[in-house]
Amino acid sequence: MSAPSVEKGIQFIREQIDAPVASFFSSCVHCGMCAEACLFYGQTGDPRYTPINKVEPMRRIWEREFTLWGRIKGLFGLSRKVTEKDFAEWETLVYDACSLCGRCSLVCPVGNDISGMIRKIREGFSAAGYAPEGLIGATTRAIEIGSPMGVKLPAVQAQIGHLKQDTGLEAPLDQAGAEYMVLLSSMEIMNFPEYMEAVARIMKQAGKTWTISSKAFEATNSGIQIGASDLARELVQRVVDAAEELGVKTVISPECGHAYTAIRWEGPNLIGRAYKFKVQHILEVLDEFRGQGLLKFEGKETAKMTFHDPCQLVRKGGVIKQPRTLLNLVADNFVEMTDHASMNWCCSGGGGVSANERADELKFKAFRQKKSQLDELQVDTLVTACANCRITLEEGLEEYEMDIPVVGLTEMLAEHLVEDKQEEQA
Amino acid sequence: MSAEALLTWARGPAFDWALGIFVLGMLLRLFEVLSLGRSPDLAEGRGSGVQGGIRTILTRSLPRASVFAREPVRIINGYVFHIGFLLVLLFYGPHIELFQSKLGLGWPALPSGVIDGLGVITLLSLLLALVLRLTSPVLRYISTVSDYVAWAVTALPILTGYLAYNHLLLPYTNLLALHLLSIELLLLVAPFTKLTHMFSFVLSRWYQGYQAGHRGIES
Repeated sequence: MSAPSVEKGIQFIREQIDAPVASFFSSCVHCGMCAEACLFYGQTGDPRYTPINKVEPMRRIWEREFTLWGRIKGLFGLSRKVTEKDFAEWETLVYDACSLCGRCSLVCPVGNDISGMIRKIREGFSAAGYAPEGLIGATTRAIEIGSPMGVKLPAVQAQIGHLKQDTGLEAPLDQAGAEYMVLLSSMEIMNFPEYMEAVARIMKQAGKTWTISSKAFEATNSGIQIGASDLARELVQRVVDAAEELGVKTVISPECGHAYTAIRWEGPNLIGRAYKFKVQHILEVLDEFRGQGLLKFEGKETAKMTFHDPCQLVRKGGVIKQPRTLLNLVADNFVEMTDHASMNWCCSGGGGVSANERADELKFKAFRQKKSQLDELQVDTLVTACANCRITLEEGLEEYEMDIPVVGLTEMLAEHLVEDKQEEQA
Repeated sequence: MSAEALLTWARGPAFDWALGIFVLGMLLRLFEVLSLGRSPDLAEGRGSGVQGGIRTILTRSLPRASVFAREPVRIINGYVFHIGFLLVLLFYGPHIELFQSKLGLGWPALPSGVIDGLGVITLLSLLLALVLRLTSPVLRYISTVSDYVAWAVTALPILTGYLAYNHLLLPYTNLLALHLLSIELLLLVAPFTKLTHMFSFVLSRWYQGYQAGHRGIES
């Protein structure tokens, strides 16, 4: 990669402008509805955080270079070029004040995919060298070490060892011909080992073969969050190579929203071809097993609980029904938040915000949206299906001194799983 | 130039020129969009992009409940303006006569008293839109000169039409000429402002809806 520069940044933004982007800018009437959908605007009241304003540099490049009228205006000095100052000014709008949650895209009356454009404009900002330190660090670690949090294979092997020691369960490493290849997020390796145990239990009970690849165990893709398609492509390619080498039928994206968007939707477009395997989110797999009668559950949680929808799962992923079906199997008192499913509110830490320490103060402000939803419901437990949401929620709840435990849905299901006795299996 | 001569010019060559530039301008804008193309989505889909595109073109005409609750006035006012404007444009008798002469196609008109009332409502809703734009911090912040130009060229034809119909301020002939000239101004300006949304909204809704349909997600 050559050194970052403003010219390069502008060039990268230019390359992102396609017919959809041009139609979005042509259609925008500056109605401001996107602001009403945005938690960063909503919790701060700062009009600069109006979603469409976050892509203003891209709009200017589009108008100056892709429209006759803009070119004429340019000739008469009626439009301003995008400069270094703009990159400096917009950097925090593009990275700190957007979690790529996609709510704005759903409310825009003319159908503009604004969050999709923010994802695109980040390509230019990272190429220009205007990206947050935290995300640059995470991306560098992902490329060089294999995980944004710097987790290496021995940590995974240690977890596999502990699992075997504590429960006798196997987590097969590099098993060619397995049906499923399970990806993990660093967060699950470091903070939530319950996830691997839950998967091991469920797979065993369902009678499915599965494996973890030593070459590509990490699911998250910092290249997408920072907006560096070349790096994002390399991270996806690792997973694709591993999955095709092991000959698995399905790759399972873990409880992580952005990882799912990355591997499920962006991946094939980044590497320029369709996969030879399927990609499913763990909740899709679990719901499928349930539908096939492979899993039975016993006992129900009586605590009042609600489900926090990870944005990437509901709005970008379409995984809406599955968590509800699954949660109702093991919970007696499941209640919905006012805005849930496709209109849920972000945890405030998506889209790279949680990896960007500079944004912490803003993130905690934005978290007040989730806080007010939770205050309204007064639940005993908060369930989710994304390790990044989970850590962000835990931090937010701690910041506001709210005592609500946050649990992953997969592990909650595993706790209620009816498991056959060892001797019956043989 | 006498008022009659001005009216004759405004009705004749001026109108044809303005209309021609409007049509060519809009076609150019649409060409500028479409010629950029887009890459196919290589991710394995769950549904039909075409169905999704059509669905979003239709469903985006309705607001999401949670956003409606936050901005009911702005949203209702948007409906009032658009519906009022279209009804006056398409169902006022003399307008239909004009369409008939240009397109060879006519349809029944609404009573002119109703059109008169609709004109007032439409004008008031535009006025409210301006007040909202000037008083909301978000709208003020994101508004450009172009937004106010678009507002003015949209308001003028309704205002002059209303004055002409009710024989207010100026002699009828002068007002009618002004009405036509203001429409011509609107036609000339529209392709170079956000007023392009009158056609491009179909494309923008289509693109988001197409991707959503292919991926099996809501839009």
